[in-house]
Amino acid sequence: MMWVAVIAGSLGCYLEKLAGYLLPHSVLERTAVRRIAGLLPVALLAALVAVETFAAGQQLVFDARAAGLGAAVVALLLRAPFLVVVLAAAVTAAAVRMLGWAP
Amino acid sequence: MPDTAYRRPLASKALGIGVATGAYALSYGAIGVASGLSIWQTQTLSLLMFTGASQFAMVGIIGSGGGLLAAVLTAWLLGARNSVYALSMAPLHRVRGLRRLLAAQLTIDETTAMALGHPEPPMAARYAFWSTGVSVFVLWNIGTLLGAVGAAALGDPGALGLDAAIPAALLALLWPRLVDRSMWAVALVAAGLAIALTPVLRPGLPVLAAALVALVASALMGRERP
Repeated sequence: MMWVAVIAGSLGCYLEKLAGYLLPHSVLERTAVRRIAGLLPVALLAALVAVETFAAGQQLVFDARAAGLGAAVVALLLRAPFLVVVLAAAVTAAAVRMLGWAP
Repeated sequence: MPDTAYRRPLASKALGIGVATGAYALSYGAIGVASGLSIWQTQTLSLLMFTGASQFAMVGIIGSGGGLLAAVLTAWLLGARNSVYALSMAPLHRVRGLRRLLAAQLTIDETTAMALGHPEPPMAARYAFWSTGVSVFVLWNIGTLLGAVGAAALGDPGALGLDAAIPAALLALLWPRLVDRSMWAVALVAAGLAIALTPVLRPGLPVLAAALVALVASALMGRERP
């Protein structure tokens, strides 16, 4: 099933790219199309950040991932490159767990 | 001035972008394996899906037990912006056939930004698109492989803090999009809605519900500024 998801996800994302080359250019003149294209990633990424930090199944938890996210925010405010942001979060979460401050 | 003088600075810029994205492919590869995908499944997404936010979302949702259908739907919704990029790139690639099929696969944030950033002459825009596309594609896939193999060798994702790397990576993708108050408002409402729905919906669905926030916000903005 995992392979089905990998292939279906990939195929859909490719067809989305291809569709842009096949549709008439005038679609781009509709401001709603451009607006939704800009807003969708913001809403989805924000929701993902929230659940990937605070959800464990259907439960809300406050664990080492929250400390990791805090470190990521600090790194982003300091304009750190992507890899540093991710490493800051991982190292912080691992340290908080090792110290036994949070699960 | 020879008419190919634009090439050298564009090529070095393209290489720089490739190296930067290759570095975050390292974290994507590691997260993919930690989320329960095999090295090959993680790699296949980098080869075939080839759009970072959708890939991070997909492995993140699978890793947190969100179900494969929700993971695929979220990846598609995040990939929808590539349609708009492709629409704006279409006049640049008037060619048909194989080259257009390849151009489609390379139509992502980085290539579109490079081509739009160097519009004149059209030859330079095309060169910016292709050099960035090839550079990012190659280094994104090499980074994925190294990250996936590395994480598979290291083991226990929790002890390494890899579960905390997922929201951090997604936040880093979100950050540059928070350009004004309305974007912040959409992000905060979407995050709040997803949290509020987490106890009552199956994992994966709260994120899909947050897509509605984008549609409602778009409708509201359309009414304000026709």
